[in-house]
Amino acid sequence: MVPTSYYLILSAILFTFGVVGVLIRRNVLIIFMSVEMMLNAVNLTFAALSLHFLGLNGQIFVLMAMVVAAAEVAVGLAIVMTVVRNRDTTNIEDVNLLKG
Amino acid sequence: MFLFMVFALIAVVAALGVIVSRKPVYSALFLLLNFATLAALYIMLQAQFLAAVQVIVYAGAIVVLFLFVVMLIGGGELGQGDKVTGGQGDKVSAASAPLRLRSELGWPRIAALALAVLLLAGVGYGLITGQLHAGQGTAAAFGQGSVEAIGAALYTDYLLPFEMTSVLLLVGMVGAVVLARSEG
Repeated sequence: MVPTSYYLILSAILFTFGVVGVLIRRNVLIIFMSVEMMLNAVNLTFAALSLHFLGLNGQIFVLMAMVVAAAEVAVGLAIVMTVVRNRDTTNIEDVNLLKG
Repeated sequence: MFLFMVFALIAVVAALGVIVSRKPVYSALFLLLNFATLAALYIMLQAQFLAAVQVIVYAGAIVVLFLFVVMLIGGGELGQGDKVTGGQGDKVSAASAPLRLRSELGWPRIAALALAVLLLAGVGYGLITGQLHAGQGTAAAFGQGSVEAIGAALYTDYLLPFEMTSVLLLVGMVGAVVLARSEG
């Protein structure tokens, strides 16, 4: 039986890698993947705590998060496709139309 | 515990692979490995249904969508958009130099192969020793994450949120179609 804290530590590590990926990479696709990784890390926390407290709420919440992630990926990748078509780049440094 | 450590190691190294790979295709495949490992961890957490959904939705649908987009916009040629660009200070550019060197050695393939073999071995070990079977751990947790329990909760206590997700998915689908239309 693995202690719940181990899952939480693993989840924190994965989340941190996601944050680092968002911060250091300039490719919008990889930033997107890092966001997905962060979502997954949080899902792992929910599942671990769901077992820890012997309730189903955490697992239901994970399902909802997965639905939101699926919708988010569909819309986000459509936006990426539109940006690539219009500006011919995946580097977010080049997408600065809204910058003051 | 041993099995958890194996899966945790694979998940962490795969996550590292996602953020340091130069090519988006490699990143997407490392992401797939990460998701598959998390599915194994869900099984260890008595969340069998979540593990199945994780494989189908994340590893199946989302990563494939990523791969489609990477292929459509020319996966291997993203070098110039991919650089850890300057303007970040010397620290970042110094960190990207060994990164570039290692990518020339083709390390992602070796690392990914080793990790995938490790994942297969871990899952096989868990199945043979029964550590990945349902009902491990406390008796109170038995059947907690089964399809039956999740379904009962989804269709009673969580009926409204469950129905609202269908609206969300519909809106997401319409939005994606509208955004990705070629005439804009």
